[in-house]
Amino acid sequence: MESTSELPVSLIPNHGSWLRYLSFSLDHKVVGIQYLVTGFLFYLVGGVLAGMIRTELATPISDYLSREVYNEVLTMHGTIMIFLWIVPVVNGAFGNYLIPFYVGARDMAFPRLNAVAFWMIPPAGLLLIASFFIGGASQSGWTAYPPLSLRTPALGQLIWIFSVLLLGGSSILGGINFIVTILKLRRPGLKMMQLPMYCWAMLGTSILVVLSTPVLAGTLVMLAFDIVAHTGFFNPAIGGNAVVYQHLFWFYSHPAVYIMVLPAFGLVSEILPVHSRKPLFGYTTMVYSILAIVFLGLIVWAHHMFTSGTPPWMRLFFTIATSFIAVPTGIKFFNWLATLWGGKIALNSAMLFACAFIVNFVLGGITGVALAQVPFDIHVHDTYFVVAHFHYIVYGGTVFIIFSSIYHWYPKITGRMLNEPLGMLHFVLTFVGFNLCFGPQHWLGMNGMPRRVSEYDPQFTLMNQISSVGALLMALSTLPFLINVFHSAWRGRVAGNNPWRALTPEWLTSSPPPVENWNGPAPHVEHPYGYGLVETTP
Amino acid sequence: MPSGHFLVSVGLILLGLLVGQRVDMLPVQASVNAPVYDELFRVLFSIGTMLFLGICGLLVYSLVRFRRQPGDFGDGAAIEGNLSLEIVWTAIPAVVVLFVGLYSYNIYERMGGMAPLADHSVMHAMPATDPGSGDRVWGGISTVSGETADLTVDVTALQFAFIFHYPEGNITTGELHVPEGERVELRMKANDVIHAFWVPQFRIKQDIIPGQPTVLTFTANRPGTYPIICAELCGPYHGGMRTSVVVHDRGAFDQWLTKNTLPVA
Repeated sequence: MESTSELPVSLIPNHGSWLRYLSFSLDHKVVGIQYLVTGFLFYLVGGVLAGMIRTELATPISDYLSREVYNEVLTMHGTIMIFLWIVPVVNGAFGNYLIPFYVGARDMAFPRLNAVAFWMIPPAGLLLIASFFIGGASQSGWTAYPPLSLRTPALGQLIWIFSVLLLGGSSILGGINFIVTILKLRRPGLKMMQLPMYCWAMLGTSILVVLSTPVLAGTLVMLAFDIVAHTGFFNPAIGGNAVVYQHLFWFYSHPAVYIMVLPAFGLVSEILPVHSRKPLFGYTTMVYSILAIVFLGLIVWAHHMFTSGTPPWMRLFFTIATSFIAVPTGIKFFNWLATLWGGKIALNSAMLFACAFIVNFVLGGITGVALAQVPFDIHVHDTYFVVAHFHYIVYGGTVFIIFSSIYHWYPKITGRMLNEPLGMLHFVLTFVGFNLCFGPQHWLGMNGMPRRVSEYDPQFTLMNQISSVGALLMALSTLPFLINVFHSAWRGRVAGNNPWRALTPEWLTSSPPPVENWNGPAPHVEHPYGYGLVETTP
Repeated sequence: MPSGHFLVSVGLILLGLLVGQRVDMLPVQASVNAPVYDELFRVLFSIGTMLFLGICGLLVYSLVRFRRQPGDFGDGAAIEGNLSLEIVWTAIPAVVVLFVGLYSYNIYERMGGMAPLADHSVMHAMPATDPGSGDRVWGGISTVSGETADLTVDVTALQFAFIFHYPEGNITTGELHVPEGERVELRMKANDVIHAFWVPQFRIKQDIIPGQPTVLTFTANRPGTYPIICAELCGPYHGGMRTSVVVHDRGAFDQWLTKNTLPVA
């Protein structure tokens, strides 16, 4: 069944060499690290673009970038951060690394498909970056609404479409692989309700990926036809309908929020029990709330379109559906708090990022419920309030969990611990910088600053400068992180196999793990969260 | 449950109400719509404050109180769940969300959100907008104008300007002038890409969509000059696509109208 197990270890290409990370590797752990490192490199690119946006907005006039380049930068910032950093890392990186361990398999169900899915990402990302230098990147925002996207320079828009199609294709292949691995590759005797929560999160996420990404792909192909073949799907000048594009786009792109957030919910469910030495509270309700979010996530898309001339009944329906996502999400947060309650909490870097995730995400969730209300949304739609809201969700939520996960699993991947004081410095800079950057943007949006502008009313200068200082702190925060990652890889304290005394299966092998995950048979873990119930080795 | 918890909860609710009622974060109210909007905002802010402070308080309290002592390698209490607790915290968000939904529906109604739309089949089944409700101010797709407006203005949005045309008086201007306290209907169309008409002081926004005319109605009630902002990315000069709306008292508006009226050609 497990394909790599057919190959003797000595035949696995570049086994043991760093070159394997540049190869068409079939080892799920190598693929996971490939996703993680590639994603982080694109995070740095997206971060430089964010820095350019915040530099432009440090003054009220458009004086730093040309207006066309500013729109290219904001389009690429969104596209790169979503499709090349958050989605590949929180799904591809941790999913590929952890899921085979969690189901007790030696690899993913389709290792070759897995390698193909990964190797679609670097060319797609390089294409996007290259488009800056060959006639200019797309200028129509990551949403690419027609007719604007039909009128901006065609080459950049077409490269953007092609690149997103590649990334979407990669995502679909990954999603199919996760679904099959979780459903069919479980160790004999391992029941679904014994799986670590991240498996459930990835199952739900992958269902969303497989159901909604093809819709985006079809839509973008139609958009490309409108550009190159002058068809009129979305071009009102020749009888098309621009709003239909928005429905199709958001049918993918709202579930995409859950594709970015649900895996983070899974990861935090792994991290909190380990560092508070308590079982995950309410396992069953956690599973059902993931499934509820998956279902509701598919029927809320039009809340992005309350000002697009949607009829009243549709506005009401999407208000109600969107609001109700707060219920399963709320359950998860209360369960996490209950997991901490009565524990023995080690407040290390991984925990600090995980707890800050709760703070940030609750704020982003509250503004989300507010935004779901049509009358509230009408005023703040397409303003900096929305920019603040979604950065609280995807950065304050998911990116904080990505960092938490790196602190948590770095010893698993490398066999060495990350440095704690540097980790704390990284955390403080990120947390303070993030809140300084995005907190004031709520006020900006409510008071009249629309999003995606390179100039603004001078009354907004102070708040924008505070926001830009926050962005500077966020940029600085990557320095201690990078120093830490490189320094600890060679000089870090040796971790041992299971430094956190964790019970989930990835820790019940050596760190780093052998090629086929366990030297003997896969362990049977019935209680992945059995702290206080089963013996842990000190 | 110890009485301490009860006191903390009551304190949190009072604090939330206090903060929510005193919060002053929105621009000046210049339309009939604005106070209704701000009422919703204050309620949402109150509830949000309670939830945010409650959850963060609980989090910080847990982190301090249940901090691992040095040298303690034991496990915490092996509690895997608690059905009644979980029912409680399924019910709390459900009740809050239900309340917020019903309340915002009420606000939506008061803003005229359920006013029938011309291109919709339901329109024929429902009575036309009640002429008596001057505060019905909502946008939507429409191809015919309502009969209830005191003033109708045709709006054309294009890269990167708004053009206002007054059929009454045949005036074409780049700055919107409206009388105080009267119902204004904007019949909006876009020439090139999607734009949006937003006046923060009126708390209203409506996309202007090529190939699909939209209508926005409002009643301004505070004389002054307010910004009109394009809120939908429309090209390189999107950030510069702004103009003003001038709200006059009736006399001043008539003067403006007379002064600018052109003879019909």
